Amino acid sequence: MAIAEQKGQTLSPERLKEFLREMLLIRRFEEKVEERFRAGELPGFLHVAIGQEAVAVGVCRALDDGDVIASTHRAHGHTLAKGTHPNELMAELYGKVEGCSHGYGGSMHLYDIERGNLGANAVVGGGLPAIVGGALAFKLRGEPRVAVAFFGDGATNIGTFHESLNLAQLWKVPALFVCENNHYAESTPAKQQLPIEDLTKRADAFGMTAMTVDGQDVEAVYKTTTKALKHARDGKGPVFLLAETYRFTGHYVGDPQVYRPKEEARHLRETQDPVEKLRARLDVSEEDWNELDAEVTDLVEGSVEFAKNGTDPKPEDALKNVYA
Amino acid sequence: MAVKTYLQAISDGLRQEMQRDKRVYVIGEDIGVYGGAFKVTQGFQEEFGAWRVIDAPLSETAIVGSCTGAAIMGLRPVAEMQFADFISCAWDQLVTVAAKQRYRAGTAVPIVVRLPSGGGFSGGPFHSQNPESSFAHIPGLKIVCPATPADAKGLLVSAIEDPNPVLYFEHKHLYRRIKDEVPDERYTVPLGKARVHREGDDVTVVTWGAMVYTADEAAKQLESDLSVEIVDLRSLSPWDKEAVLTSVEKTSRALVLHEDTRTGGFGAEIVATIMEESFESLDAPVKRVAAPDTPVPFSPPLEKKFIPQVEDVLAGLRDLAEY
Ligand SMILES: Cc1ncc(C[n+]2csc(CCOP(=O)(O)OP(=O)(O)O)c2C)c(N)n1
Repeated sequence: MAIAEQKGQTLSPERLKEFLREMLLIRRFEEKVEERFRAGELPGFLHVAIGQEAVAVGVCRALDDGDVIASTHRAHGHTLAKGTHPNELMAELYGKVEGCSHGYGGSMHLYDIERGNLGANAVVGGGLPAIVGGALAFKLRGEPRVAVAFFGDGATNIGTFHESLNLAQLWKVPALFVCENNHYAESTPAKQQLPIEDLTKRADAFGMTAMTVDGQDVEAVYKTTTKALKHARDGKGPVFLLAETYRFTGHYVGDPQVYRPKEEARHLRETQDPVEKLRARLDVSEEDWNELDAEVTDLVEGSVEFAKNGTDPKPEDALKNVYA
Repeated sequence: MAVKTYLQAISDGLRQEMQRDKRVYVIGEDIGVYGGAFKVTQGFQEEFGAWRVIDAPLSETAIVGSCTGAAIMGLRPVAEMQFADFISCAWDQLVTVAAKQRYRAGTAVPIVVRLPSGGGFSGGPFHSQNPESSFAHIPGLKIVCPATPADAKGLLVSAIEDPNPVLYFEHKHLYRRIKDEVPDERYTVPLGKARVHREGDDVTVVTWGAMVYTADEAAKQLESDLSVEIVDLRSLSPWDKEAVLTSVEKTSRALVLHEDTRTGGFGAEIVATIMEESFESLDAPVKRVAAPDTPVPFSPPLEKKFIPQVEDVLAGLRDLAEY
């Protein structure tokens, strides 16, 4: 967890290396998910966040322990970055009792309340209103906590987005709205779904403070988030944080991506990889890199083992947990 | 006639209507170049252009609401929800506006909303629901739930022709699994007319959608002991009471089966109607087999418990036979 005095300061190489490790963990986890899905081991549909790791890590590292997040259908990166162990996440994808949602939710509907993760939300835009409510609770109780919603560019077209931003600004609640603009909503590119280019104008419409950041630069994400969180925590109202980012893979695992040129993803990987960018900046030696990679890869392999050895839910458990 | 999948039948029916009637347009998320999440509109944008195959932003409320306005002004919109579950985002526009338009303003609302529904592949709680019963409760809406490829096409044509808002539930688990002969020419299957899927004398199963096949499998397994008649409702609103009562009067025993949850499910309406109108002909209390009153769980063992299985239908049929 971040220590207070480190926040917003120039980040030490050690700390940045922690960020690198965490991004690499998400990357390897997601690659493993793709592989195991293709091998037919994972039920349901899966959306991975390869290319968007710096947003998850940069934002979540800037949070305090008591802050909460709401995620989306593309939830693995946020979930790991908010502190869920890869074992619990992988077990959920395998539908096991040991999973963070005990097999009820799967990839698109997982949560980890203990770690302040109100959950993935597979109805696009579905997480934002609850974040406004969470932030309202913090405000009413005078708690210095912030509620953070992650969502994509596509989600800015749905009613809940507009209603939530309006309420949040009206009530000046400590909320942070993190828009991960990966330039596509499923197959739909920006020009086909957004009549404006600069999405911060959507926040302007409510008089909300907006910030834009390069979502491939984890340090920049961290620093901008820190500023935004301070604004929210100081009672100055919510912030809209626009992170420009890229999805290197299909919308879901198995997506043939007919809607974009084949070279696009390759080009993005070559020029916009947040992991590679930080690795280069830190000038990580081959040896250190291999060590780091081996460590996170082991962790991911271990999570697959853990998940496969997990317990299948008992059929009759389907009937439990409907009411509190 | 050619053998087609359920999915192909929907797609072909839609294409034919668009070729025939310039007022028909389709609108939905990722339905253009992508051909839709399930590829029902594959190639449509090339054929009909971007204004008759409108790839819409993530805006279910406005997609459905704009269909209502366009329909009042003379067009014939067919909207696609990427998953039936997301129709809840458009509930107000559908239930408050479209369904009541005719009654309060006298204007017809000829819209169709296509709803890929149902579970069976670990879609989890927000991607597996069968919300048809909730809508069958709403006066002013029509509901169809085809089970066969031929019905999928014929009911879609009827839905587009109909001057009212029609919810067209297409079961995802049937898309590529079910194949059958589908006439090439245009034809309609009337809304509100059931189909006897299998004839029998001892017990009637009333069902629709993917559960027709679950019932069929159970009937086959019991073939030597029990003669099961399966009535595939095809439409829930309006629904074919007469076909159900005729069958029940013949067999004297009935089981109502649906994938939607039990309490307040449309099965309850069917059971009540049988009790009100054919009580005297019954030899046993009418039985329901339905999903339990829970959300749809993700993990395969849980989902299997949720979705009515052949064994559940077998048990129900045996109970009825032994009563
Ligand atoms: C209300 C709703 N409509 C449609 C969908 C289907 N769907 C899932 S993800 C997605 C695109 C989301 O785009 P964006 O918000 O930009 O997030 P990204 O996938 O790029 O991370 C769509 C259309 C959904 N899950 N919920």
